[in-house]
Amino acid sequence: MVERQKSEPGTDQQAASVEFRGVTKIYGKTVTAVDDISLQIATGTLVTLLGPSGCGKTTTLRMIAGLEMTTSGSVWIGGVDVTKLPATDRDVSMVFQSYALFPHMSVLENVSYGLKFSGFNKVDTKKRALAGLDLVGLADYGSRLPSELSGGQQQRVAVARALVLEPQVLLFDEPLSNLDAKLRRQVREEIREIQQNLGLTVVYVTHDQEEALAVSDRIIVMNNATIAQDGTPRDLYEKPANRFVADFIGEANNLVCRITAIKDDTAEVKLGPYTIKLPARGMKEGAAYLAVRPNKIVLGPASATNAIPGKIVRITYVGNHLELTLSTDLGDIFAISGNVDAPFRPDEAVGVTFAAKGPVLLRD
Amino acid sequence: MRNASILRTTHPALNLWLMAGWVGLLLIPWYGVEDGFFSFEWLFGGYPFDADFSPALFLMLAGKKLWLAPLFPLALGPLFVLGRTRTDPLFAKVLIICGALGFGYLIGQGFSIGLRGWQFGWLEALFGPLGDRQFGMGYGAMLVASAFLFMFTQGIAARGAVNGDIFVVGAIGFIIAIVSIFVFFPILNMLSSAFITEENTYSIAVFFDKFTDRRLWGLGCLSGGRCGAAWNSLVLAIIVGATTTVLGLVFALVVTRTGFRFKRILRAMTVLPIITPPFVIGLAIILLLGQSGAITVFFADLFGIRPTRWVYGMPGIIIAQVLAYTPIAFLVLIGVVEGVSPSMEEAAQTLRADRWHTFRTISLPLMRPGLANAFLLGFIESMADFGNPLVLGGNFDVLSTEIFFAIVGAQYDQGRAAVLALVLLGFTLSAFFAQRFWLGKKSYATMTGKGDSGMHPLLPKGLAIPVLIAALVWTAFTLVIYVMIVYGSFVELWGVNNNLTFKNYLTAFSLDFSLGDRMWTGSAWDSFWTTLKIAAIAAPLTASVGLVTAYLLTRQKFAGKNVFEFGTMLSFAIPGTVIGVSYILAFNVPPIELTGTGIILVVSFIFRNMPVGVRAGIASMSQLDKSLDESSLTLGANSWQTFINIILPLLRPAILAALVYSFVRAMTAISAVIFLVSAKYNMATAYIIGRVENNDFGLAIAYSTTLIVVMLTAVGLLQLLVGRTRIGRRTALLQTSKTQKVTR
Repeated sequence: MVERQKSEPGTDQQAASVEFRGVTKIYGKTVTAVDDISLQIATGTLVTLLGPSGCGKTTTLRMIAGLEMTTSGSVWIGGVDVTKLPATDRDVSMVFQSYALFPHMSVLENVSYGLKFSGFNKVDTKKRALAGLDLVGLADYGSRLPSELSGGQQQRVAVARALVLEPQVLLFDEPLSNLDAKLRRQVREEIREIQQNLGLTVVYVTHDQEEALAVSDRIIVMNNATIAQDGTPRDLYEKPANRFVADFIGEANNLVCRITAIKDDTAEVKLGPYTIKLPARGMKEGAAYLAVRPNKIVLGPASATNAIPGKIVRITYVGNHLELTLSTDLGDIFAISGNVDAPFRPDEAVGVTFAAKGPVLLRD
Repeated sequence: MRNASILRTTHPALNLWLMAGWVGLLLIPWYGVEDGFFSFEWLFGGYPFDADFSPALFLMLAGKKLWLAPLFPLALGPLFVLGRTRTDPLFAKVLIICGALGFGYLIGQGFSIGLRGWQFGWLEALFGPLGDRQFGMGYGAMLVASAFLFMFTQGIAARGAVNGDIFVVGAIGFIIAIVSIFVFFPILNMLSSAFITEENTYSIAVFFDKFTDRRLWGLGCLSGGRCGAAWNSLVLAIIVGATTTVLGLVFALVVTRTGFRFKRILRAMTVLPIITPPFVIGLAIILLLGQSGAITVFFADLFGIRPTRWVYGMPGIIIAQVLAYTPIAFLVLIGVVEGVSPSMEEAAQTLRADRWHTFRTISLPLMRPGLANAFLLGFIESMADFGNPLVLGGNFDVLSTEIFFAIVGAQYDQGRAAVLALVLLGFTLSAFFAQRFWLGKKSYATMTGKGDSGMHPLLPKGLAIPVLIAALVWTAFTLVIYVMIVYGSFVELWGVNNNLTFKNYLTAFSLDFSLGDRMWTGSAWDSFWTTLKIAAIAAPLTASVGLVTAYLLTRQKFAGKNVFEFGTMLSFAIPGTVIGVSYILAFNVPPIELTGTGIILVVSFIFRNMPVGVRAGIASMSQLDKSLDESSLTLGANSWQTFINIILPLLRPAILAALVYSFVRAMTAISAVIFLVSAKYNMATAYIIGRVENNDFGLAIAYSTTLIVVMLTAVGLLQLLVGRTRIGRRTALLQTSKTQKVTR
């Protein structure tokens, strides 16, 4: 037996880390689904793979599961090279987007299924399966068929079925996409709670940025088969690495700007007539982009001098805030105003400025 | 817990096969035992020292058959790597080398040394004359060959082929090996005779001479003469394929999508023709529509016209084949029609499609794989059918009978038979490719892992009524045919002496209890018991081989998959007559000597009927979402356990179809069987044809009726055994009982 890498202190013994080293996956001869990515997922954390459809996140997940084999590079789970191991031999379980509950088995049989192959005797299997169902609040539903459950219940059965195996890594493939919005928030909180209580290592795939921000310890944003950025939810939101991330996580106005001077890591940024001082983030003078969140846009009087002149095109009332579309020389700007009683009117001329903290300079 | 398995150094599957290999080398007689292995008489006849029953080891010790010696070190090799892990490169290398060399050497020496020493001149020139000879291989050799084969596949798997899956790689290797031995080898063996001249040399001219024969491609029928057998077969097969597909669909629709009350009866009715030896329908049609047939005579008397022989030829064959093969189309289509996800249809209805539109634009296109499969089956079955053209053909020549007469008739022209077989093969393969082209690359999976809650809509009225009428008319006609068969079995001599009698049954199935052990005095008992035994052995084997193949084709990706599929489907495209003849030629001599045994019958049934299992399996499996397998895999089941626990239970309808079909076909097949039966292993159908040739129609029909009853019983038992899968789809019944469930 090769010695397993030491678990990090304070985490559950069962869970393990995941590591990709230069992994590439090519389908057929030409289609590159994943292009030379390396990543590390620490034990006991919930990491989300986030990106638009076709970015390679599901392929990445399936390579962790062993359902796809890498074209090159290696996959490590718990410090062991599992690159060549098929799904059966990896200590990983997965919750499928379609749930993939076996339609010919009762709920209890579904949950017991994996336990049967893990060497538990009948009594233990039943005990653990029932405990698993209890954990997701479906203890009384063991004898039902999957088709006799609602979508949310089916989803929880799928989670229970994967959980009872106490896998080193638990994978979720867009688990909430078939649920309605209210249920979605509830279930994702349940998943997060179970993950934290049991100290599980969870890899979670979604294309919903809000879901990713809410549930993750860390988010890996993918785009075009590569990793666009890897960081905590706050990092991604506040310090996006590029325009794609800035726009994909929580929407941003990406504006063309010019850095005119840099001093002590502070850049002087010019957008038309408007000048603002921002953290330089290691950038040099010259053309750059500025990502500004809609809620960091401040609207002042049209007469203001240090501001971008603009005009209100559209105002939408959405309950707890106003959504405004502004037309400026830099292009359309989308803004949010928390003050729903503000006396804005369509076609009104305004001076657009940004909050001191919030706008982020981007290289590309 | 699962982590432990990653680096284990135990290899249960390998241990098993190594053990089997060594048992084969040390304990089991190497060569075929003349009196049958399973009589175990050899145990008391000088085993293990008598050379006839010696295992390889004792042959070596006695200094005989020394060419077997290299097998020992090759079987020894893998023992040294047993202690290594799977990922160790040496482990894979040793297994691959030993397995490939062992298997290859075993096959090679088998073909090189025959009854008269060296088989090839150049070997004799190289090694000098051989003083010894060798007979057909036995169970010892078979075990060792399997052991080497699976050693090899496990080596390949250890190197990472198909994700390192032992079961899948082993299954692929196994199917390739048996298909090569029992399909490709005999066929190639026989087709090479298409180029053999009378002087035993090879020549292309001979082939072209026979290929361009007017009897094959003539178009005389367009101007009142006779057409070539090739055109006849083609037109016939297209008509029969299309008609059976339409009728099969009609029945499937009536059963699943109408409020018709007697569905169960209809369902049962459709099974009738499938359990009938095909030529019996031909006989019944003669009793009904022949020159002295009941209907013919009735109308002749009514209108005062002379009875004609109109039914002999194309019309008769079409009627008989459509009757015979519609149930096959039905069995294929029912699974597909039921498999179309109701939510698709419900979605269409909510998109403002009326029932007719829904059917035409959603249900029907989703059934395309089923329709294509059904047509292909009908087409090939018609091409390969031998019994009906023989009974009803008259002057209408088709390829299958022509082949039979080329071999059996006075002409005895092996070359011509081979050329005809090539033409036949060309047609069936074209149909096969046309089907693949039509289906294209679209995905037809509609059953996902989520329990599908919905109901199939009823057929639109405008469609339901004609469909129902067609089904009823067809059913009525079938009923009449069967009444004729049963009635005919009690008639003394049709058309001559129409008195009713039990004589036919008594001759065939009389019992005399006073004789104790030899109480089976009826003339048919022998062939009857043989048939039952062979069919019972062949059916589960056929179904398993077929479904495993279907699983590999739909669920696994591996290099050469298309070739693999082609190979497994090929045996179906080869008519029984050709299989029969080629088996006789290939397996009459060592190394595989099977003629005159029951094994050759079982083997021929497996490879004749396996494609039905494959097709039925593929059609149903392509409607099971792949995430079901994948979730099973990620839950720690290996692919074998997934196959057993997930795929098979969800495929019960396909399994039933495969089992029923292979059992029944084994009992009713005639074309291949007639070449392969022997005095010891005579089959019912061969016996009946013999009676027909002696004009003993009464006994023939009585025997056939008995067979039908027996098969009905068997089908019923199978249905009970396999049961119906609870897919958990809400039916109307379930929905009404749901409220009760909640209150409970």
